[in-house]
Amino acid sequence: MTLLAPRPVHPGRAQGHLPRLLAGLADGSRAGLHLHEATFGPLPLPAEPASAAARRAASRLIDVVERSGLTGRGGAGFPTGRKLRSVAAGHGPAVVVANGCEGEPASRKDRLLLSRAPHLVLDGVALAAFAVGASQAYVAVHAGEERLAAGLEAAVQAREVAGIDPVPVRIVRVEPRYVASEQTAIVQRINDGPGLPTFTPPRTHERGVGGRPTAVNNVETLAHLALIARYGNSWFRQAGVPSAPGTALVTVSGSVARPGVYEIELGTPAGEVLMIAGGPTERPQAILVGGYFGTWLPAEAAWPAPLSHPGLRSVGAAMGAGIIVALPESSCGLAETARVVRYLADESAGQCGPCAFGLPALADALADLAYHGGRGDAAERISRLIRLIEGRGACRHPDGATQLAGSALAAFGDDARWHGRRGPCHGVQRPPVLPVPGDVEYW
Amino acid sequence: MSQRLRVNPIMCAGHGMCAELLPELITLDPWGYPIIARGPVPDELTPMASRAAAACPTLALLIVEEEGR
Repeated sequence: MTLLAPRPVHPGRAQGHLPRLLAGLADGSRAGLHLHEATFGPLPLPAEPASAAARRAASRLIDVVERSGLTGRGGAGFPTGRKLRSVAAGHGPAVVVANGCEGEPASRKDRLLLSRAPHLVLDGVALAAFAVGASQAYVAVHAGEERLAAGLEAAVQAREVAGIDPVPVRIVRVEPRYVASEQTAIVQRINDGPGLPTFTPPRTHERGVGGRPTAVNNVETLAHLALIARYGNSWFRQAGVPSAPGTALVTVSGSVARPGVYEIELGTPAGEVLMIAGGPTERPQAILVGGYFGTWLPAEAAWPAPLSHPGLRSVGAAMGAGIIVALPESSCGLAETARVVRYLADESAGQCGPCAFGLPALADALADLAYHGGRGDAAERISRLIRLIEGRGACRHPDGATQLAGSALAAFGDDARWHGRRGPCHGVQRPPVLPVPGDVEYW
Repeated sequence: MSQRLRVNPIMCAGHGMCAELLPELITLDPWGYPIIARGPVPDELTPMASRAAAACPTLALLIVEEEGR
């Protein structure tokens, strides 16, 4: 079922499933409006958005998204159709926000999508606005990523000239810090606040931008929405697995031959994705899945794990924003974790006591274990701090750090005992594998 | 209907009044911020819970009504 008959055919169908989002793009190129429309066809919106027929089409679009099984690609994996439905049911005109603030240091997929296929994302923004009855839309990107923002502004202008978008779209620049990418923080920033996470309730979908019902969606989610509106829910489910349909962009880094962003079918085993990225350059000891809110898995456990929300949940991990980092055997997972948790502690907004005080303490304990052997009780101190901090922030920032630290204790338990008995291993002197801002870019 | 305690961690400044008034359900972490016991507030403690919420200098302690029990 699509909005407009006849149903177009996705250009990727002739060559199999993939790529979907980046279809029609030569390596490194950017799709302008003309190439975008030549590849995917026009934006499937009714000509008169105010008509009764258009209102029915909006409700049908939400049905199609629900049936497609699309879930958010920003990290939480919430069903997109359900989110759109609750915003559409809210009081008064709604607001749509596309979240293009890629706060995860090891993620590149949103930047890649916004810079190479901006019109696919903007189509998704227009369709989401149509679906929920929005009168205003925003695309949030990090301040300082001026080329990205300028490219988006040019794309929005081109669409204005062509009369494509049903509602005005504004590009907003958000402070490039980790917690500012959180959805309540972005909403507060658009509301001229300081751009920090807020206490819920009120929830964003009930009272967000200007107090209006607000749908905040990751930019990749919206790009999928733009394809689902054209090609239908059955087409979407032709890729992926029944429990996790469709494709996703993943960012692969660490000790692989070709680090970068890849579009994969959901459910693809992590090991296969590492092979798509050229395969390991050194035997991996562990894989970080889900990014800095994510989980260390020992390499043997990670290799067959299906990359999808349900697949990773079954091995105690989470998909996050689709980040996979292969940690080589010569590195020290404890030192890597200590560095990242220090970064996360520094990135705390400092609004909530358990996060403002707990994360530095957790980072200290991890550094003690990694670099000084831990004085015999560091692992216990770390476990105690994790239990103390978990679930006590206004946003999920502290929980991300505790999840990472807890998984490090499990995955690198032998290392922790080794550090305890004999002091830090040789791996702590290796150049870090996990990037934190300020590092030199390595791809 | 049952009642549950919740802290707005952004408002909370760690005064510790709540733990003083309601030690049955609230303890303090090493930095002085409240840790709330899980589950609903027992009926016999609801008056003290209300007092603790009212006494919080930053009004960060909330009593949330929950459906069912």
